[in-house]
Amino acid sequence: MLSVKHLIDTYSLTADDITQILDTAKSFAAVNNARIIKKVPALRGRTIVNLFLEPSTRTKSSFELAEKRLSADSISMGGSTSSVVKGESLADTIQTIDAMNVDMFVCRAKLAGTPQKITENTDAIVINAGDGKHQHPTQAMLDLYTIREHFGHLDGLKVAVVGDLAHSRVCGSLAPALKTMGAEVTLVGPPTFQVDDPDWFGCPQTSSLDEVIEDMDVVYMLRVQLERMEGASIPSRREYNRLYGLDMARVDRMKDDAIICHPGPMNRGMEINADVADCARSRILNQVNAGVLTRMAEMYLLLGGESNVSD
Amino acid sequence: MYLIKGAHVVDPQVDLDDILDVLIDGDKIAQVAASIDAPAAATVIDGAGKYLVPGLVDMHVHFRDPGFEYKETIATGSRAAAHGGFTDVATMPNTDPVTDTGAEIRYQIDHGRSAGLVHIRPIGALTRGEQGEALAEIGDMVMEGACAFSDDGHGVQSAGMMRTCMGYVSQFDKVAIAHCEVESLSAGGVINEGRASTRLGMFGWPALGEELEIMRDIELCKLTGCALHIAHISTAKGLELVKAAKAEGLPVTCEVTPHHLFLDEDDITDLYDTSLKMNPPLRLPSDAEALRAGILDGSIDCLVTDHAPHAIHEKDCEWEIAFFGTIGLETSLPLMLTNMVAPGLMSWQRLVEVMAVNPRKVLRLAPIAVEAGAVADLTLIDPAQSVEVTEDYFQGKSKNSAFLGMTLTGAATDVFMAGTRTLADGVVA
Repeated sequence: MLSVKHLIDTYSLTADDITQILDTAKSFAAVNNARIIKKVPALRGRTIVNLFLEPSTRTKSSFELAEKRLSADSISMGGSTSSVVKGESLADTIQTIDAMNVDMFVCRAKLAGTPQKITENTDAIVINAGDGKHQHPTQAMLDLYTIREHFGHLDGLKVAVVGDLAHSRVCGSLAPALKTMGAEVTLVGPPTFQVDDPDWFGCPQTSSLDEVIEDMDVVYMLRVQLERMEGASIPSRREYNRLYGLDMARVDRMKDDAIICHPGPMNRGMEINADVADCARSRILNQVNAGVLTRMAEMYLLLGGESNVSD
Repeated sequence: MYLIKGAHVVDPQVDLDDILDVLIDGDKIAQVAASIDAPAAATVIDGAGKYLVPGLVDMHVHFRDPGFEYKETIATGSRAAAHGGFTDVATMPNTDPVTDTGAEIRYQIDHGRSAGLVHIRPIGALTRGEQGEALAEIGDMVMEGACAFSDDGHGVQSAGMMRTCMGYVSQFDKVAIAHCEVESLSAGGVINEGRASTRLGMFGWPALGEELEIMRDIELCKLTGCALHIAHISTAKGLELVKAAKAEGLPVTCEVTPHHLFLDEDDITDLYDTSLKMNPPLRLPSDAEALRAGILDGSIDCLVTDHAPHAIHEKDCEWEIAFFGTIGLETSLPLMLTNMVAPGLMSWQRLVEVMAVNPRKVLRLAPIAVEAGAVADLTLIDPAQSVEVTEDYFQGKSKNSAFLGMTLTGAATDVFMAGTRTLADGVVA
């Protein structure tokens, strides 16, 4: 059992919660990665609504596959239009779906706090699949899973999170989760991308990737939102790549055992060079695989499963 | 004819701080004395245990009329004002159409008169349509009764335009009220920049965005000689700027809202309660503390509510798309009594200054003193009255209060507006 009813943010998760999620995900690895029939009846008869109020490809397909592999009944709604754009309030949307008796909402939204508002309009369990610039807890769990798979542990690891920190829900949920598990996080980005209050995360913040890269066990490159480029917070794609991009020269300075992560989708040639994305240190596709496992674990645990999975 | 017997009359303008009887005849105060025998025609009101003060003035409200009557109208806003203990309110011009001509000023006054509960003191726009591009017909509005000028809701972004506005206003004995917000710094901001914006993952609205424009407008005050009033000040540094300007002898005044005094960004939790979304945003606890000190030491001149009614659907939504503002008219006095007067931080004299005397001065309204011959604009306050802040408590049209759920102590029980009893025993006429 997790200590939370919903999965809204990573601040609310204890180390025990996170360990349960990662361990349960690990037990699903056999189902997902080794069998021809990739399905268990764990959530048979449970109804899950994927409410994607802003576009998403990888997160949405990851959830949909995780649901299918748990034998849940699920539907996906949304697309590029938010309920507000359609003229319906969030409360009306949720109450409408709630009236059909569902067990769980998985929500992606462009506005911070949307998952919280959903909990106020339904008794169903809510998983935050990314809300604005706020939180993306399921991303953080898959990242932790990937890192733990490589090192066997999380405590004591040094992790640099690099890029558009201020506008990143990935950073907002990953940094606290890593800290809860005993890792040391350093935030790296140009001053115009740095978070308003790094003390909130309790992490040092620097604008020099080159000064910290040699000490890191994990270099986590964030996606740069292209609309924040050119003439706004950074001058050009070229300059960003030169100052903050992960190229082979920087990779060669990393510790022997250090790995590279990226939440995707990548801007190859901007925050990460193509050869780096595909190199032996890269765990980017492992992250995608871990996404299905950890989401299976989160849905299973929140819907009442115990951390010992048996099919 | 009304005789208020045995109330504690507080009016620093005429040095009153005594238990007195006050006789109202027609629209004037007929007599103020230790003991007055009730004339046969007089309704006698027992003032024992209550305080009688010059009618309260809220010089910063939004009555949304014309254009947004679903949120509030001059009639419903007037009810909220009377219920809250006010005899006068100054209405901001961000209506639709914007109140930027003499005819629109006349609309405010006429509709205020027909509601008959409060003196409406309309504020006209500085620029046409509050677009910040061309002077509004300020002289025309002065002649129709505008008491001050402001583009409230926005800062006037161009320094040159603000200079023109203040220069033009300076020919009349009127004040320019500045909503200070450099939009290139606040753009997209929905919460104080810093801990709160980081914690909740939203664009910040930095204190500097307010302070920089306060600096600019103080310099323009120096240049043009136009009286300047800083609206809804929210930061400690902004207040320091105003203090420095006052020390230089410049005609600069400022106001603060109860929400910036008694709430701060830490009150905004991960529940994303949109009733706490304001412009300017709730700032740091240290800012609120500095503002509380400022309203006590005289560096802040007026208490205002920035009464900002919004319909349910405009607040019952995600924080980033919720409208800015809280209603305030009916909680302002109870909050001050509960948080400032009852604990002994603020004297009744100071309360009367910031809620009655100073707003009239800033708006260049005739002073109202508790003395024979004065217009009978009076507020009778029961400091022991318990106020449960529920939706049902509010008499205005909208219920979007940041203070819902609180229990406060102290409220107006009776209000006389030019001798008319607009609030009687807590009930709006």
